[in-house]
Amino acid sequence: MAGLSRIRYGRAFVLLLTGAYFLVPLACAVAFSIGAGTPGRSIGFGAYTGVLGAGGFTDSLTLTLKLAAATIALVLALLVPALVTVRLAAPRLRTLVEIVCMLPLVVPAVALVAGISAVLRWGPDHFAGTPVFQALAALQDQNFPFVLVLAYTLMALPLAYRTLDAGIAAIDLRMLVEAARACRAPWPRTLLQVVLPNLRGALLNTAFLTLALVLGEYTVAAILGYQPFAVWILAISGSQAQMSVAVSVMGLLVTWVLLLVVATAGRAHHPKETS
Amino acid sequence: MTDLVSDLTPLSPARTGATVEFRGLRRAFGATTALDGLDLTVEPGELVALLGPSGCGKTTALRTLAGFERPDSGEVLVDGEDITGVPAHRRDAGMVFQSYSLFPHLTALDNVAFGLRMSGIRTAERRARAAELVELVGLPHHTGHYPHQLSGGQQQRIALARALALRPRVLLLDEPLSALDAQVRLTLREEIRRIQQQLGITTLFVTHDQEEALSMADRVAVMRAGRLEQCAPPAELYERPATAFVAEFVGVMSRIPARPGADDGTVHVLGRSLPVSGRLPGTGAAGGTGDVDVLVRPEAVEVTADENGTSRITGAAFLGATSRLTVRLANGAEVAADVPTHAMTRLPVGAAVTLTLAHRPVLVDRRRASGGAGS
Ligand SMILES: Nc1ncnc2c1ncn2[C@@H]1O[C@H](COP(=O)(O)OP(=O)(O)OP(=O)(O)O)[C@@H](O)[C@H]1O
Ligand SMILES: [Mg+2]
Repeated sequence: MAGLSRIRYGRAFVLLLTGAYFLVPLACAVAFSIGAGTPGRSIGFGAYTGVLGAGGFTDSLTLTLKLAAATIALVLALLVPALVTVRLAAPRLRTLVEIVCMLPLVVPAVALVAGISAVLRWGPDHFAGTPVFQALAALQDQNFPFVLVLAYTLMALPLAYRTLDAGIAAIDLRMLVEAARACRAPWPRTLLQVVLPNLRGALLNTAFLTLALVLGEYTVAAILGYQPFAVWILAISGSQAQMSVAVSVMGLLVTWVLLLVVATAGRAHHPKETS
Repeated sequence: MTDLVSDLTPLSPARTGATVEFRGLRRAFGATTALDGLDLTVEPGELVALLGPSGCGKTTALRTLAGFERPDSGEVLVDGEDITGVPAHRRDAGMVFQSYSLFPHLTALDNVAFGLRMSGIRTAERRARAAELVELVGLPHHTGHYPHQLSGGQQQRIALARALALRPRVLLLDEPLSALDAQVRLTLREEIRRIQQQLGITTLFVTHDQEEALSMADRVAVMRAGRLEQCAPPAELYERPATAFVAEFVGVMSRIPARPGADDGTVHVLGRSLPVSGRLPGTGAAGGTGDVDVLVRPEAVEVTADENGTSRITGAAFLGATSRLTVRLANGAEVAADVPTHAMTRLPVGAAVTLTLAHRPVLVDRRRASGGAGS
């Protein structure tokens, strides 16, 4: 009995320590943002209301969400068919695909962005007046810079590969595919109606990780001169200390809520199928 | 249940099973040759069991017919039509797999209806048809269950219903019962046979359980190393095996060293001269000089207690009404013999006995170097 309760106390202690590690800075940030930390100031939520009023909050958040959605779509559209094909038809290519997908891990974001901006600068000089020029211009559209989606896709590849590959390894892919094919399902329907539903968990995890990555990405966007949420937070913090902390706290909350939404969606019970 | 089948039949106008033909099918995986010139014809409505040791190419043959495997050479014909180039989803073959293959994200009913959905059949109709099939396999109360809520046997029943839902011309079963326990195997075996006969569907049934093959099939095709050894009705396979491999693979067969008789038609074995019913290939019909073995089934050997006997009982296994004795001959060969269990009291392990063979024609094979245990 004594041993058991000792274990329980031990657990509580570890939990407390971990909690404190996260919560103390957070609490300090919140305290500072509502003015509790500075003597002589009245406590209030002025900073928070100010954030919503400040120019760019909704714009940058919408941009980030759009980028995240596009990145998730692109990552999945690239990886799922590739991994399924490799596993079914060319198991020997697996190592190659893995290496390619892991490459972005060793390329720092700064190097990546340097390369991208070099290409973007070099391109227009050579292709002026051709469709390539227009394509390059479209890539850098201020409202929806697709170039960021490309960069984020690259950066998300390693994590996405790991989660999707684990998900595919967990199901008997060949068996499911063959069972579907024996039931007269052509390839596209096999993929959409049999493989994807059974990869639900892995797909949601990938989406989750990609979303987290896009929400927090700063370097590439900032250097290329766009203003998604993370960049905007930093821009505003330069001018107003209290508000910047308030923004960070809100950013944290937004991220947390979004991830929670994805996670709950993933844990939902079996989908009701309409036969 | 019979009513259900007759209800089902009108939905499939004038369907009879198809003829299936493998012609010189060859398939190699790197250094392993899975199929090495397989020739086999399955008649309409027939259930043929593919029997053979592990790795002899049974699954590969089936997968080639289903369209999951491409033969290196040779062709697969269904109703005389070469389907080698037809993709799997247009082959019109229902398949039940060895492992549980139901779609985990769909209920039993939706699993059965999946193929109908792929064929673009309207919701109401496919629900009705799927429900009929679920009832046909005896699980009307499990339509809403997900695969993980079903037992192994129930999953295989649903898988069978799913394979039958599209009224395929050919039904392919790849060891559908091997993951199930003995009791369930027996009932499901009978049920598959009943449904197959009622629907009159051409069926290929892969198994490496010879009892399963002999009890269910119209004909049994014994395969060895990617080739067909013999394809014959169970009784013929048992009584007149075409090769030594079939003789020893199907049922229990003991080898007793023998001497060729004076003329080519007889053989001396266990002190008597018996007519030869057949010589297995390679026995060298002309030469009467080579050493030969007589192949005998346990039920053809009679064991009598005899103090002066030169053979000894070395083992006994209780099988129910009969018991199987292992008897070691003076020359070291071991022979299996079935005796009625009540006679066992007179035949304890270690007893000296004499073996006699009934005066019936016997099967003869060339002496095998490793088989007769020397001396
Ligand atoms: N995809 C594959 N890649 C490599 N070798 C294979 C493949 N499929 C089958 N083989 C080989 O081909 C041979 C025949 O395999 P197959 O699965 O047809 O045997 P089987 O008769 O079904 O055996 P079992 O009774 O064990 O299921 C085996 O030696 C196997 O190792
Ligand atoms: Mg097999």
